Amino acid sequence: MASEMLKLNMVQAINLGLEQEMAKDDSVVLLGEDIGVDGGVFRVTDGLIDKFGEERVIDTPLAESAIIGTAIGMALAGLRPVGEMQFSGFSYLMIPQLEGHASRFRSRSQGQWTCPIVMRMPYGGGVRAMEHHSESREATYGHFPGTKVVIPSSPRNARALIVAAIRDPDPVVFMEPKRSYRAFREEVPADEEVMEIGKAQIVQDGTDLTLVSFGAMMRTTLQAAEEIHKAKGASLEIIDLLTIAPLDINVVVESVKKTGRCVVVQEAPRTLGVASEIIAAINDKALLYLEAPVKRVTGYDVVTPYFGRENMYMPSAQLVQKAIDETIDFR
Amino acid sequence: MPEKVIEEFTIPRLEILDEDANLDESLEPELSEQQLVAMYRAMLLARMGDERKLKLQRQGRIGTFGPSIGQEASVVGPAFAMGEADWFVSAFREFGGRLVVGDSITNQLVYYNGFEEGTVRPNGDGRLLPFSVIVGAQALHAVGLGYAMKYRKEKSAVLVFMGDGATSQGDFHEAMNFAAVWRAPVVFICQNNHWAISVPREKQTRSRSIAQKAIAYQMPGIQVDGNDVLATYSATKEALERAYSGEGPTFIEAVTYRLLMHTTADDPTKYRTEDEVEKWKNREPLIRFRKCLEKKGIWSDEKQANLEDDIKREIDAAVQEFEKRTDFKPDAPFDHVFGTRHEVIEEQRQEFLANLAEEADNG
Repeated sequence: MASEMLKLNMVQAINLGLEQEMAKDDSVVLLGEDIGVDGGVFRVTDGLIDKFGEERVIDTPLAESAIIGTAIGMALAGLRPVGEMQFSGFSYLMIPQLEGHASRFRSRSQGQWTCPIVMRMPYGGGVRAMEHHSESREATYGHFPGTKVVIPSSPRNARALIVAAIRDPDPVVFMEPKRSYRAFREEVPADEEVMEIGKAQIVQDGTDLTLVSFGAMMRTTLQAAEEIHKAKGASLEIIDLLTIAPLDINVVVESVKKTGRCVVVQEAPRTLGVASEIIAAINDKALLYLEAPVKRVTGYDVVTPYFGRENMYMPSAQLVQKAIDETIDFR
Repeated sequence: MPEKVIEEFTIPRLEILDEDANLDESLEPELSEQQLVAMYRAMLLARMGDERKLKLQRQGRIGTFGPSIGQEASVVGPAFAMGEADWFVSAFREFGGRLVVGDSITNQLVYYNGFEEGTVRPNGDGRLLPFSVIVGAQALHAVGLGYAMKYRKEKSAVLVFMGDGATSQGDFHEAMNFAAVWRAPVVFICQNNHWAISVPREKQTRSRSIAQKAIAYQMPGIQVDGNDVLATYSATKEALERAYSGEGPTFIEAVTYRLLMHTTADDPTKYRTEDEVEKWKNREPLIRFRKCLEKKGIWSDEKQANLEDDIKREIDAAVQEFEKRTDFKPDAPFDHVFGTRHEVIEEQRQEFLANLAEEADNG
C-alpha cells in the first residue's frame, strides 16, 4: 500500500526524520544549544524533548567544540548522536574535533573505531540575519577526508537524507539551507524513506546543457531553467549534488559527455569551491566532449556582507539564466 | 552591607608513600602482595620498555615518541584501580597504563614506527582508545563516553589522562564543565609533570594547584603525589566509586616529573637545569616502591634480578615480533576513509596502486 503523503516544509520534514529514527533506535540522541525546551532556534527539533525526554534531547552548555567532542565519545560507545550547531557561522569551533578526531578515528584505528555522528547546521544567506549567520562554507568541510558533507535542497530529500545520515557509519556534516527551511512545502511520505549518501540526483533529463547545483541554490537554478525553457525551449539536464563529499562526480561527467555544455551554480565564494572541483573533474574526464567552456555562477570572494547588501551578492536566477544562455549559444 | 563569603575551598593532597619510602599505614590501600608486586612489575616494564624504545629510536628503528620515564606511578596506579568495564582514554605519555589495560609493546612499536596498525584494540573490543596527539582534545571524548555509560545504565566509568599543558586548552575546560553538568562518570587525571615541552608549569597557569581548577566546576579536586603509586591508586579508586554511584566526575592532579625529554625530538637542557632534574630523580616512583616492598619483606635483590631478566625477555620478544611486522598493505588508507564504498575513492586507489607499480618498475 502506498504511503500516506504529508505536505511538509523542510523544518517539519527534518523533524519527522529525527523523530522516526529516535522512535526506532534508542541509541539516537540529540544534543545542542536550545534544541530541547526551545525546540531549536529554527524549531527543527520542536517537540522531541516531550516525546523522548531530556536524556535523549540534550540542552547542552554553550560550547560547540564540546558538542562535537562529546558526540564523538558517545559514538565510540555505540550511540548515534546528532549534534546541532545553531548556525554554521558558529561551527568553526567544532573544526578541531572534526578534523582532528571524528574524521580520523576510522583510519587512525584501521577501522576498529568508527565515529557515526551527524552534525547538523543551518547554512547560507537570504534570511536577513546578523553577521556570521549567512555563509556557505561547504567547501571547508568537504576538504576533510573521512567526513561526509550532505546538503539537501527540499523537504523530501532533507527527510530521506537525515535518516541516511543518522544510519551512516561515518561522521556527516549535514548542512541545512536555512533559506529553504520554510520557503515551500513538498509531499513527503509518512512512512520511512531513505536516500543513499554519496549519490547525486538527476532531477530533470535533458540533452542541451548540464546544470549542476545543490542546497538553497537549487531553487534559483530551477527557476532559471524554467525561464530558459520558456524562452528557448532548450532541453536542460539538471543535477542536484545532495552530497558534496564524497562527490558523485561521475554522474556529472556522464551528463556532460552527453550534453557537451555545463553550468555550475554555488552560493559560496568562487575560489576553491565545489564548482571549481566539478570543472576540474570535467577537465580530467570529459574535456574533449565539451562544446563550450564550463561556466560557474558563484558568490564573490568577499566576506559575506551584512544583510543590507546580501541580495546583491547572492547568485540570482537572472545570472544563472545569463550563464546558461551564453553557454548554449557558444560556438 | 558587609560582604559575605559565599564559597570557600580547600584542596586535599594525598601522600601515602613518601620519597624516603616512609609508609602511612593508616592510608594504605588494601592490596595483596601479589597485586603490589604486579604494580611494581608494571612500572618497571614501562621504565625498561621506554629505555628500549629510546635505543630503537636512536637506531632509527622507530620514529619520534614521548618517554614516560619518571611518571610511571601516575598512570600505573590509576590503571590498577580500574574495573573491567571502565574506559582508558589517554594522551601520549601513558605507556605503562596502556600496557596494564591490555595494549602490547609490539603494538606501540608498530605505532611509533609509523603504522596505524599499532592501535589495535585489546581482545578486539577493549575499551582503550588510540592515543590523542592533540593536547586536551580527548577530555571531551571521555565525557561523551561517560554520558553514554550513564545513558545505558552501565556500571562503568571513564579514566582520562592529560598533562598540565592541556589544562590551558578550551577543550579541557569544556570537558570539565560538561562532565559536571551531566554528572558524567569520568575521572580526569592530570599528570602535572611540570613541563609542557619547554614551558614550565608556572607559565602555564597562575593557579597554585591544578587541582583547584575543579572547584570552578563544582567537582571534587584532589592533588596526589604522582610518584607515589599507592596514592594514585587510592585516589583513583575513590573517584571511580563516586562515578559508579552516580556522584559524577572527579579531578585528580598527579604531581610528577618528566625526567627525560618531551619527545625524542627535543633537548631539555635548553630550557631546564640539571639541578632541577637531579632533585626529582630522588623522588622518582620506582626506587621508593621497591624499598617499600623490601620493608614488607616481599622483595629482594634476587627477585629484582629475576624480574629484570623476565621483563628483558618480554621486551626482546616484543621487539622481535615487531620486526616481523612488515606486512603493511600500502593502500590500507583507502580502506578506511569511509565505511561505505565510493567511486571517487576507488578510482584514486587504482591510480595510487598504478603509480606505485610504475615507480617500482622505474626502480
